[in-house]
Amino acid sequence: MRSLTHLKRLESESIHIFREVIAECAKPVMLYSIGKDSAVMLHVALKAFHPAPLPFPLLHVDTTWKFRAMYEFRDATAKRPGVEMIVYINQEGLRQGINPFTHGSQVHTDVMKTQALRQALDKYGFDAAFGGARRDEEKSRAKERVFSFRSAQHHWDPRRQRPELWALYNTRKHPGESLRVFPLSNWTELDVWQYIWQESIPIPSLYLAAVRPVVERDGTLIMVDDERMPLGPGERPMLKKVRFRTLGCYPLTGAIESDADTLPAVIEEMLQTRTSERSGRVIDHDATASMELKKREGYF
Amino acid sequence: MRGGAQPAPGDIAAYLRAQEHKSLLRFITCGSVDDGKSTLIGRLLYESKLIFDDQLAALAQDSRRVGTRGGELDFALLVDGLAAEREQGITIDVAYRYFSTDKRKFIVADTPGHEQYTRNMVTGASTADLAVILIDARKGVLTQTRRHSFLVRLLGIPRVVLAVNKMDLVDYARATFERILADYREFAARIGLTDIAAIPLSAVYGDNVLEHGGNMPWYTGPTLLEHLEHVPVPDELPGRPFRMPVQWVNRPNSSFRGFCGQVASGRVRPGERVRVLPSGRESELARIVTADGELPEAVAGQSVTLLLAAEIDVSRGDVIAAGDAPPQVASQFEATLVWLHEEPLLQGRAYLMKAGPRTVSATVMPIKYRINVNTLEHAAAERLELNDIGVCELELDQPIAFEPYAESRALGAFILIDRVSNATVGAGLIHFALRRAQNVHWQALDVDKKTRARQKRQKACVLWLTGLSGAGKSTIANRVEKRLSAEGHHTYLLDGDNVRHGLNKDLGFTAQDRVENIRRVAEVAKLMVDAGLIVLVSFISPFRAERRMARALFEPGEFFEVFVDTPLAEAERRDAKGLYRKARRGELKNFTGIDSPYETPENPEIRIDTTSVSPEEAAERIVSELGAAGITRPA
Repeated sequence: MRSLTHLKRLESESIHIFREVIAECAKPVMLYSIGKDSAVMLHVALKAFHPAPLPFPLLHVDTTWKFRAMYEFRDATAKRPGVEMIVYINQEGLRQGINPFTHGSQVHTDVMKTQALRQALDKYGFDAAFGGARRDEEKSRAKERVFSFRSAQHHWDPRRQRPELWALYNTRKHPGESLRVFPLSNWTELDVWQYIWQESIPIPSLYLAAVRPVVERDGTLIMVDDERMPLGPGERPMLKKVRFRTLGCYPLTGAIESDADTLPAVIEEMLQTRTSERSGRVIDHDATASMELKKREGYF
Repeated sequence: MRGGAQPAPGDIAAYLRAQEHKSLLRFITCGSVDDGKSTLIGRLLYESKLIFDDQLAALAQDSRRVGTRGGELDFALLVDGLAAEREQGITIDVAYRYFSTDKRKFIVADTPGHEQYTRNMVTGASTADLAVILIDARKGVLTQTRRHSFLVRLLGIPRVVLAVNKMDLVDYARATFERILADYREFAARIGLTDIAAIPLSAVYGDNVLEHGGNMPWYTGPTLLEHLEHVPVPDELPGRPFRMPVQWVNRPNSSFRGFCGQVASGRVRPGERVRVLPSGRESELARIVTADGELPEAVAGQSVTLLLAAEIDVSRGDVIAAGDAPPQVASQFEATLVWLHEEPLLQGRAYLMKAGPRTVSATVMPIKYRINVNTLEHAAAERLELNDIGVCELELDQPIAFEPYAESRALGAFILIDRVSNATVGAGLIHFALRRAQNVHWQALDVDKKTRARQKRQKACVLWLTGLSGAGKSTIANRVEKRLSAEGHHTYLLDGDNVRHGLNKDLGFTAQDRVENIRRVAEVAKLMVDAGLIVLVSFISPFRAERRMARALFEPGEFFEVFVDTPLAEAERRDAKGLYRKARRGELKNFTGIDSPYETPENPEIRIDTTSVSPEEAAERIVSELGAAGITRPA
């Protein structure tokens, strides 16, 4: 009996998840973060509904602090045939001038990301939102459901999560309640990279090493991506060959020094790395349980 | 380096191709907190180099702080977030871990803890191909070993690894290991588990986990990891006939009509005959469409889009199957149910059943017995509580295509969903179809409901009066009936108290008896509506689910829910029958409003506020509503 390759199996499972949502939910949306996981998710979604166009829009919750290269990439994605991109910014936060430098990563993330996401979901009335999270990313995600139930207030209540058996997903909900759906739950970081390589999926150039201006803060290399970055007395950007393992708001995303400027080289480096993927994220450094807490509040 | 051998520099492409052809084994580990399960999983992750430096640093720190190994690395802490979760009030259920070796990729379902063990283990086992059952070498085969093994068998996991752990604490004694193995084999044979590999190990020191180590030279079999790497996975096994449940119909334009789904079993090629169930219509398979081009063949596990040559009706929930070997179709089954919710399963209550992409209504009628998972004994039961397992008969509102769970997880598994709360409340495994459904056909009669009702110059309907005891239901129903009768209509009043003297005298007031009480009355009302009558039902009927079930028996426009709305304090003040006083004294158990809930109707057709209208005014209003709806003045 001919059997499927590992990636084909993962892809098929993800397609099955996309189709379940489209068949059972009224108004789904894909949360698009511009990163590699979003790229993979979009690629699989397009396959799931072929030859029909994507039956849901993409939603980018914009904190206004992403890397410039990410914005370029997002705008290019928005122009792809069949892709409808909604960009949402928390205008109240913008008016208050919330930013990661003066308000710190926690306030910034809460206002511009967590609250913004809730506002956007309410505004458009989406009842299911696809996210690119994987279970191998972090300890508290290992037990996340593929279909994660959220109350009308967008809260994740661990006691109300539904047991998930076989591939039978319960999508029923009352008006106002919603689902977060994670089609890539069973993918690992290596699977994602391998799939990108095999399927030639476009990703932002920031994943590949290049000479970029950075400053070192608390042991983390932060890229000076635009003039909004305040420099301390005597602090001067250095030019270093760096790349990013994950992408987020540039002031909150640590770079690593690297020579890996091709996809195979990045994968090779990833295979040999000794730190986990999320270690470059400033927001995860708080406490071990921080992810858990953020999830309950409605951050992805 | 992760995931096995390091690629030669520049040869990453070859390395990735090798990765791509690895197979995947999904397994579950079963054991209680003290069996060393977390230590074992932690060690597998550690030894397969899946633990990063930052995680390792955190582990070293945690080990010194809360570890149980005197400051040495405590692998259990890698997977055990349990303590932290308890503090946060979270019951963790199933966590999934990922690792890979040179030969294979693995997904481990880890189900920690005692609480909710059955529910969690069943969830983890539902997608596993193999189970590692841990035994503490000092304790041997325990009750919980038997329970784990029974659940493994129930969920159809074909292979078991008996991991006899903590051999270091019994001096690595061969005799101990062999005695445990003999005990286990005897039990396993009784429940029909035959494929058992037994491995003596020490998760703490690593003996026989990845490598043999020097402590048990008498053991010459594979280490745990070697075994996991070599055991056959399902798609290396011979296939079964083709089946694909239809998830979604893709119609981007009028010339393309594709049926999307994931192939559940077998294979199919264009040109082959396929049959669509439950309709039984046949067609030739025209094309297999994917975004990567058309395929000459679709195989189990693949998500595809099928195009049929004939224009036949196919919708979500149908099954496309091999034309020469289709699955059966039925609407009544015997099945095993595992109850997953605090709210118990009640006989006679209608639940939603999701089987593959199909959702139907299912009623449990009756529970045949409950299985004691520790002793395997059967006991009579009228309800299933959380974590109970029972064998039941199920009645669906429409036929579905199915296969016994033992032959197909995809076509034999289902979940039950509560209609009101939307919670997933049960998991089920189909055994076989009951014959009686096929043999007792509904007799189509020449004189029908309409004919009978027309003769009476009315439309048949049911007025369902619900409300607290003493709300005034019977008084109002009685007046309505008198008025209708005076106008020459043919009516019948089913009164809760009266029916309990006869038809339902065997029923008490527990939740499940109340459900059965309502089911019988609803069915009687249905027969009377079929006879062309205007039926008044005056029953407390406290649960939404049962009122909904009753409503579902009737055609649109036939069912009028009348909420006789009297506040509890007012009903208790009236207390015409003295029942509230008795209930308050504790002499009446399960009294609605006192120690049993009344669920207020959300959208009743008619609501009567008895604090502001008299019974006569209420009757007047109901009669005029019937007129407006064309019941008493048919066009």
